[in-house]
Amino acid sequence: MERIPILKMGEFLLVSIQVDMHDRLAMTLQEELTQRIVSAHSRGVLIDISSLDVVDSFIGRMLGHIAAMSRILDAETVVVGMRPAVAITLVELGLSLPGIRTALNVEKGMELLRRKEADRLEFGDGSNVPHQG
Amino acid sequence: MSLIRAESLPIRSDSDVVMIRQQVRAWAVELGFGLVDQTKIVTAASELARNTLIYGGGGSARLEALNDGRRKGLRLTFEDNGPGIADMSLAMKDGYSTGTGLGLGLSGAKRLSNEFDIFSKPGEGTRVTITRWK
Repeated sequence: MERIPILKMGEFLLVSIQVDMHDRLAMTLQEELTQRIVSAHSRGVLIDISSLDVVDSFIGRMLGHIAAMSRILDAETVVVGMRPAVAITLVELGLSLPGIRTALNVEKGMELLRRKEADRLEFGDGSNVPHQG
Repeated sequence: MSLIRAESLPIRSDSDVVMIRQQVRAWAVELGFGLVDQTKIVTAASELARNTLIYGGGGSARLEALNDGRRKGLRLTFEDNGPGIADMSLAMKDGYSTGTGLGLGLSGAKRLSNEFDIFSKPGEGTRVTITRWK
């Protein structure tokens, strides 16, 4: 079966969506990603959507679910690389992706995740003991 | 108004929804739509094709390339023989959904199109037509 690779990079997970996803594939990604956050003790998830030429309400909802689930699992989600035409269309569609952190590209997204993690370690919020493994 | 080209595609699975997105994109490119217009009509098509599949139990999409003498347009008709829509004004409302969606499908598709028409009869089915002009 077709699937979208989830790459582990230190404390973060990287996903680059390169195909026009059918709805089942999007659901599979959502499930696998939440499992990987737990099994890899990830602190953040970066989702690159720069290859997507369409984000409809289903994909938008999936991104929102991933962000919400990862937050519950103590990880941050950043969506990067949204195309301008996609952003214009999403807003017109009525979807402003509330609760989803975004960055322009992968580099800026990683920077954001690292900064968040550094803040957390520095200021401590009760979870400042690094995960083992 | 003249019809340049027409084609009907089935909507029976979520891969058909992907196929419709790709076909609508190809037609919009061929008609010379700009990138934003392409994205809007493809997104609207995706919403409506999914509605046809999920709420209508499957159906078909008809793509029509139009020329009204001054400009070119793309008309899409989504049709199913499903349960139909009992309360149209409610169905068109942002955020209202009888399923698990966000309730943006119909209202969103309308905002993304230049023309929007919906016809539904409870027990018989639903037909949604949208047009986007270049």
